Amino acid sequence: MSRVALVLVSHSAEVASGTAQIAAQMAPDVLVLPAGGIPEGIGTSFDRVLEAVEEGLAVAGSDGGGVVVLTDLGSAVLTTDAVLEMLDDEQAAMVRVPSAPFVEGAVAASVRAQQGGDLAAVEAAALEAGAVWAPAVAPAVQAPVGGVAADAVSAVVTLRNPHGLHARPAALLARVVSEAGTPVTVNGVDGASMLALMTLKVHQGSEVTIAAAGPLARRAVDSVVAAIEEGLGEA
Amino acid sequence: MALDVAWALRWVRLTADVVAENRVALSELDRQIGDGDHGENLNRGFSAVVVKLDALDEPPAQVGDVLKLVATTLMSTVGGAAGPLYGTAYLRAAKVTGLDALDPGAVVALLEAGLEGIVARGKATTGEKTMVDAWSPAAVAAQAAASDGQGPEGVLDAAASAAEAGAVATDPMVATKGRASYLGERSAGHRDPGAASSALILRAAARAAVASGTDS
Repeated sequence: MSRVALVLVSHSAEVASGTAQIAAQMAPDVLVLPAGGIPEGIGTSFDRVLEAVEEGLAVAGSDGGGVVVLTDLGSAVLTTDAVLEMLDDEQAAMVRVPSAPFVEGAVAASVRAQQGGDLAAVEAAALEAGAVWAPAVAPAVQAPVGGVAADAVSAVVTLRNPHGLHARPAALLARVVSEAGTPVTVNGVDGASMLALMTLKVHQGSEVTIAAAGPLARRAVDSVVAAIEEGLGEA
Repeated sequence: MALDVAWALRWVRLTADVVAENRVALSELDRQIGDGDHGENLNRGFSAVVVKLDALDEPPAQVGDVLKLVATTLMSTVGGAAGPLYGTAYLRAAKVTGLDALDPGAVVALLEAGLEGIVARGKATTGEKTMVDAWSPAAVAAQAAASDGQGPEGVLDAAASAAEAGAVATDPMVATKGRASYLGERSAGHRDPGAASSALILRAAARAAVASGTDS
């Protein structure tokens, strides 16, 4: 069992259990507990959520483990908050309730948990799932007022990948960026974030602008450009 | 009349009656700008409270004990947002009413604690078309009445009237919290169901303070 368990709080028992099934396909060793609906049908149940959170805490690892709760509409959050108030401080500190899309956040979180992620990592994975629809995140590199920083470096390179910057090449590019040791933007978004890169929806043949600043900028931009020119593991 | 445990029990039973009588009307309000189940949810909750009260071997010792029973029951049986919201309101109110009877100051404390619970749970402020728009004026009016030297019944009456006016005042508001906020501008022109039910509940508290009779 992974050290982070998931609790899925929905107004619908079917939505919660169905989502748990979807998540289980990619995360067989993660405890994903549905806590949806009320006996009368649609609604959120304090008792069901409390029971699920307590069960999750019981199996969660103590070293960096815990419970990540996904919620759907408003009262799912309210009910979850009310449940957390009933726990003691130590238990409550091991529960996170990220604001994330329900199904997509559950899948992202459970995949991360399956990979051995700790509580913070699993929570972050759920949060990032929302970025798929969000506008591009703020660039990691900010130009100073009045112009480009003297130590800013940028380059333009053409993407060769037949299906554009989809998941696999985006994941590889994100790894290259994070290994560069300094923030690098790709068309203005954080190059170390696979999901942010995917939001760009860059097609084959499009030009992308790589930018960085600071002492490592030249080397970072060069390595990113080289990786893209080499086809990001595909072409 | 003393606002003692007998009053608290009368309040709760009166609330259950009023909520049952108004369940269709409340759900109708909720159908206009929500998911249509507010009346049903509250009725289920307060019916469950009455069942629990009937099952007690002896009456609760203090006013706060009655409120705590309401809190935990509503929390567990009201499946919508009203569960955690009212549940937290009654729970916080219970914490400041561990008393045999409430004087005007304690009534104010009850209402303010209830309001704090709702705000802490729902994170709404006034003007967002929620139950806060009934509870906030109620707490303010209660404080004013208490400062004015009114007795506990007068304080409750002032609170109830303010809550009723507050509920009516939600009519033109555009909702920025809760399910109604999904409707945006179209939520204007309808009363907020949570504010309406809050007014009913607080009026029941005031009526329970002047009712004659000894049942609990």
